[in-house]
Amino acid sequence: MTQAPVDEAAQPAPSSPAPGAPRRRRTALNTALVTALALLSALVVGAVLIAIGDEKTRGALGYFFAYPWDAFSFGWHAVSAAYVALFQGAIVDPSTLSSGDLGRILAPISETLLDATPLICAGLSVGLAFRAGLFNIGGQGQIIIAAIFAGYVGFAVHLPIVLHVVVATIAGVVGGALWGGLAGWLKARTGAHEVISTIMLNYIAYFLLLYLLSVPGFQAPPYGQAISNNVHATARLPHLLGSGLRLHFGFVLALLAAAGTWWLLNRSTLGFRLRAVGANSAAARTAGMPVESSYTVVMLLSGALAGLAGISQILGTNPAITGDIDAGFGFDAITVALLGRANPWGIVLAGILFGGLHAGGLQMQASTGTPVDLVVVVQAMIVLFIAAPQLVRSVFRLRPEQAVGQNLAKGWNG
Amino acid sequence: MSIAESPQQEQIIVREVVEPPVSTRRRVTTGSLLVVAGLLAVLAFGVGADKGSAVFGLNAASDTPFDVTVPAGLTAGLLGLVVVALGVYQLVRGFPRRQTRWVVAGALVSLVVAFLCWAASAGSTVQITGLLQQSILSAVPLVLGALGGILCERSGVINVAIEGQMLSGAFAGALFASVAHNLGVGVLAAVLAGGLVGALLAVFAIRYLVNQVILGVVINLLALGLTGFIYDALMQPHADQYNSPGVFSAVPIPLLGDIPVVGPVLFQANVLVYATYVLVVVVNVALFRTRWGLRTRAVGEHPKAADTVGIKVLRIRFVDTVLGGCVAGFAGAYLTLGAVGAFGKNMTSGRGFIALAAVIFGRWSPNGAVGAALLFGFADALQTGLTIIQAPVQIPSNFLAMAPYLATLFVVAGLGGRVRAPAADGEPYVK
Repeated sequence: MTQAPVDEAAQPAPSSPAPGAPRRRRTALNTALVTALALLSALVVGAVLIAIGDEKTRGALGYFFAYPWDAFSFGWHAVSAAYVALFQGAIVDPSTLSSGDLGRILAPISETLLDATPLICAGLSVGLAFRAGLFNIGGQGQIIIAAIFAGYVGFAVHLPIVLHVVVATIAGVVGGALWGGLAGWLKARTGAHEVISTIMLNYIAYFLLLYLLSVPGFQAPPYGQAISNNVHATARLPHLLGSGLRLHFGFVLALLAAAGTWWLLNRSTLGFRLRAVGANSAAARTAGMPVESSYTVVMLLSGALAGLAGISQILGTNPAITGDIDAGFGFDAITVALLGRANPWGIVLAGILFGGLHAGGLQMQASTGTPVDLVVVVQAMIVLFIAAPQLVRSVFRLRPEQAVGQNLAKGWNG
Repeated sequence: MSIAESPQQEQIIVREVVEPPVSTRRRVTTGSLLVVAGLLAVLAFGVGADKGSAVFGLNAASDTPFDVTVPAGLTAGLLGLVVVALGVYQLVRGFPRRQTRWVVAGALVSLVVAFLCWAASAGSTVQITGLLQQSILSAVPLVLGALGGILCERSGVINVAIEGQMLSGAFAGALFASVAHNLGVGVLAAVLAGGLVGALLAVFAIRYLVNQVILGVVINLLALGLTGFIYDALMQPHADQYNSPGVFSAVPIPLLGDIPVVGPVLFQANVLVYATYVLVVVVNVALFRTRWGLRTRAVGEHPKAADTVGIKVLRIRFVDTVLGGCVAGFAGAYLTLGAVGAFGKNMTSGRGFIALAAVIFGRWSPNGAVGAALLFGFADALQTGLTIIQAPVQIPSNFLAMAPYLATLFVVAGLGGRVRAPAADGEPYVK
C-alpha cells in the first residue's frame, strides 16, 4: 500500500502553469460537493438510527400501516430534538445568549475545540504518513507513549514554571516519535508492513501503560486504582479562554503543527522527497532518493505529531494518566485524515468538525438520551462515502470523474 | 531431458529437490537467539527456582486427580540446556530449512515447560489440563476469525475488518437468539450478520476500489458505533427481552471425552467448539483440494492469469469475502452464545486484530493460523492462570498479555524468515 486516497488535485499548487487551473478549480468544487453530500448522507443515516432508537417511534412502527403519521411525527421529534441538542453542544446554545455570560456562551465552542485538538494533531500524523505512502494506524500507541513520557516528566520532575511545560512537551514529542519511528525503522530495515507493526505496537504500548499504572512511583497513592500521579501545575498547558473554560494552549500547538506540516510538505526539500516516495517509490528510487530512510523519517515525524495529541491529553485535558488516555483518538484520527484528504488545512477543518460531533454528541446523550455512539456511526459513514466518491456521485447523479490516487491500493507485500 | 534414443530404453529422470542454503546471517541469528534464550532459561528458571518439586495437575476437576511431580530446578535447567544445545547445533552446522520451524517450536515448548517448572517450584500446583482447556476456549474465536481472514485474503481482499465482522456476529447472535428464544437462530443470525459486513467490505473493495486497509478500519468503526448505539438504545434497557440468549451447554463426546488428558481439553466442550474443528478441516480441504480452492488461490496470486483462463475473478473474490465474513461472524456467535451468554459493548476487545495477527503469523495458511491462534490462546490462558499461582517472583500479567503482539512483531520483522502474502492481496482487479 503506497498511496492512500489522497486527492492530489485538491492541493493548491501556485507554481504550476495556468492551463490546469480551471480543471483544478472544478475538481476542488467537486471535492467540496462530495464532502458536503457525504456529510448529509451520514446525517440521514444517523436520523434513521435515532428514530429506530426512540421508544415512542418504535411503538408507533407497530401500527405503522394503520396510522403511519404517528411514526413519522414521533420520529421527526426524536430526530430534531437530538440534532438540536447536538448543535447546542457543539456550537452555541441560543438560550445562553440572553444571559450575557461570555463563559456560558463560549462553553460549547471551547469543548468542540478541546476535542478537536488531539484529533487535529493525530490527524496530521496519519495524513503526513499518507502523503509518504504509509498508513499509520499506530496513533493509539504513539499517544500512549507520549503521554507516559510527558506525564512522567510532568509529575516526577520539579522545574520552574515555563521550563517545565516545555520540557514535558519535548519529552512527549520524543516519546511519540520513537514509537512511530520504530515502526518506520522496522519497515525500512526488514520490510515489516507498517499496518501490522503499528497495530502490534498499539497493544504493546497499552499493556506497558497498564503495567506502569500498577507500579508505585508511577501509580498514584493509595495504589487502589489504575491512575497515575497528577501532573504538577507548572507542567500544565495554560488555558486559552480563562480558567472557567477547558480549552488550552494545545489547540494553538495543533494549529502550529498544521502550519509546520503544510510547510514541510509543500515548501521543503524533505517534503518533496516524502511525497515523491509516496507517489511512486520506484521512480523516487531511480531519481536517487533514499526511499528506506524516508520511511523512518516520515514515521518519526508522524509519531511526533501523534505525540502532540498525547501531550494535549495529559498536559491539557486530563490531570493524570489512565488506561484510556488515548480516548480512541488514534483511530478517529484516521477518519479525520481521510476527510481532510491528507491536506493539513483540510485536516484542521475535519478535526474541528469531528470535535464538534464529539462535544455535541455528549450534550445529545445528556439531554435526549440518544447514545453518543451515534457520532461514531456518523463519522464512519462520512468517511465511507468520502472514500468511495464514485458511490456518492452515482447516488446523487453527479458527473463521474476519475478520482486521483483512488486505484492505487497495494497489498501487504507492497 | 533429451529425447530417448531408443523407445525400449526408458529414461528415468531424477529431479533433485535443491533447497537454497539457509543464509549464514539468518542461521547465526536464530542460533545465537536460541543459545541466549536457553542460557537465560537455565539461569532464571533452573538456578532461580525454589528448592522443591513442581507439581503438575493433569486432569480436569471431574476425574480422579493425577499429579506429576518433578524436581523443579533440575528439570527446568535440563530443558534450558536442550535449547542451548539446539542453538549450538544451529550455529555450528545449521538445521535444514524445513526443519528449522520444528526446532524453533520444540525450543519454545521446552522454554514454556521450564517456565512452568519454575513457576510451580514455590509450592503451588499448575493445573495443566485446566490451562490447556482454557487455551482452547480462548483460541476458538481467534481460530475462527483467522479462518475468515484467510478466506478473504487468499482471494486477494485484505480483511482488516475481522474485528467488525466478529462484533456484528456477536451482536446479532445475542439479539436474535434472545428474541427467538432459540440458540440456533442466533448462530444463523450471527453468520448472516458477519456475511453482511463481509459483503459491505466486498462491495466497497471490489466495486468501488476503496483502499482495503482503510476500508477495514472504517468498517470496524462503523460496526462498533452501530452495535454500541443499538446496545445502549435497545438491549441494555430491556436486557431480559433482547440480551439474554443463554449459552450452549457442554456436550462431552462419548468415547473421546474419556481419554485422560486429551478428553477434557478437546472433547468436553460445546457444539460451537466442535464446529470449529470441523471448519478447520473443511477450510483446509476446500482451499487445497477442490476446484474452488485452486481458483481462489489463483485469483489471489495472479488475477490476470486467472481471468485469462476464464475464471470470474470478481465473482470469486466477492463470494470468498462474504464467506470469510460469515466465518468471522460465527466467531462472534461463539463469544456471545458459546462463552459469555450476553452481548457487551465492544466485547471483542481487539480479538479481531489478534486473529489478523494469527493470519500473518501463520503465513496465510489455515494450519499455520490455527497454530498461531493456539499459541495466542495459550498466552491468554497462562496470563489468567498465573494470577492464581504463587511463583517465586511475581510476574506482571501485563507482560504476558503483551507476548502475542511482541511475537507477531518479531515475525513480521522477518525473524523466522520473510513472510509473504498472496501476491495480489489488497490489489483491486480492473479488467
